[in-house]
Amino acid sequence: MTVELAIFLGLAVVAVGASIAMLVSRNAVYSALFLVIVLFAIAVLYLLLSAAFIAMVQVAVYAGAIMVLFLFVIMLLGTENVESESRRPWQFAAALVLSYVLIIQFLVVAIVLPGDFGGEFGALVDGFGGPASIGILLFKEYLVPFEVTSLLLLAAMVGAIVLTRRESSR
Amino acid sequence: MIPGVSMIHILILSGVLFTLGALGVLIRRNAIVMFMSIELMLNAANLAFVGFARSMGALSGQVFVFFVIAVAAAEVAIGLALIVAVYRNRGSIDVDMVSDLKG
Repeated sequence: MTVELAIFLGLAVVAVGASIAMLVSRNAVYSALFLVIVLFAIAVLYLLLSAAFIAMVQVAVYAGAIMVLFLFVIMLLGTENVESESRRPWQFAAALVLSYVLIIQFLVVAIVLPGDFGGEFGALVDGFGGPASIGILLFKEYLVPFEVTSLLLLAAMVGAIVLTRRESSR
Repeated sequence: MIPGVSMIHILILSGVLFTLGALGVLIRRNAIVMFMSIELMLNAANLAFVGFARSMGALSGQVFVFFVIAVAAAEVAIGLALIVAVYRNRGSIDVDMVSDLKG
């Protein structure tokens, strides 16, 4: 077993374990903190896959901004433990069966599909996944999607303000 | 070079994480935790994207992940605003409580 495979397996165990912990913990704050662990593990996986810039974006945007927003809303609403016991026992069983079918499908696809992808990863050009190469591609080939994304973020900002504004007396 | 790790490993991990996210949406009743599970599914898809980008030596996959993260940020802002609005109206974010449209 190579060092990289050992790192990958360790990160995979951390990510899957923290995901399961996120699902089963009753307190929403604990769930959010477990999700932060998953996001960090995935960021390190990005580093392993030569995606340095995306790894930093993952830490800054996901683990930083998005999770802070989650924790902020959880604590603002004070809804750490609102979970009601499910009143439909069959729902849990159905969810387990559906997840089982889904994971079987994923495994079949992952094991059968990789004709061209099955081998180990090859060599890369210098600077693959760095800020410079990503930036050049982003502003040359993907300029229009980039600008559309800025519009989307503006719309989201306005929408969030409108949705959370208290109705003024009419 | 990453000897030992191949696309199959990445795809299996991505599939497992996506399934856990889907399971979370199905079994949890707390709207915020369901939302976190959706984020987990997005991350699983991103992982597959980065894996394929690495496998094919094409950077477009990583640029796509960048866009997915930006869209996820917008989605979180709107989604949490919706949850806050529901909480103001209902006093709860248990999704079983928001079933007025059910016949």
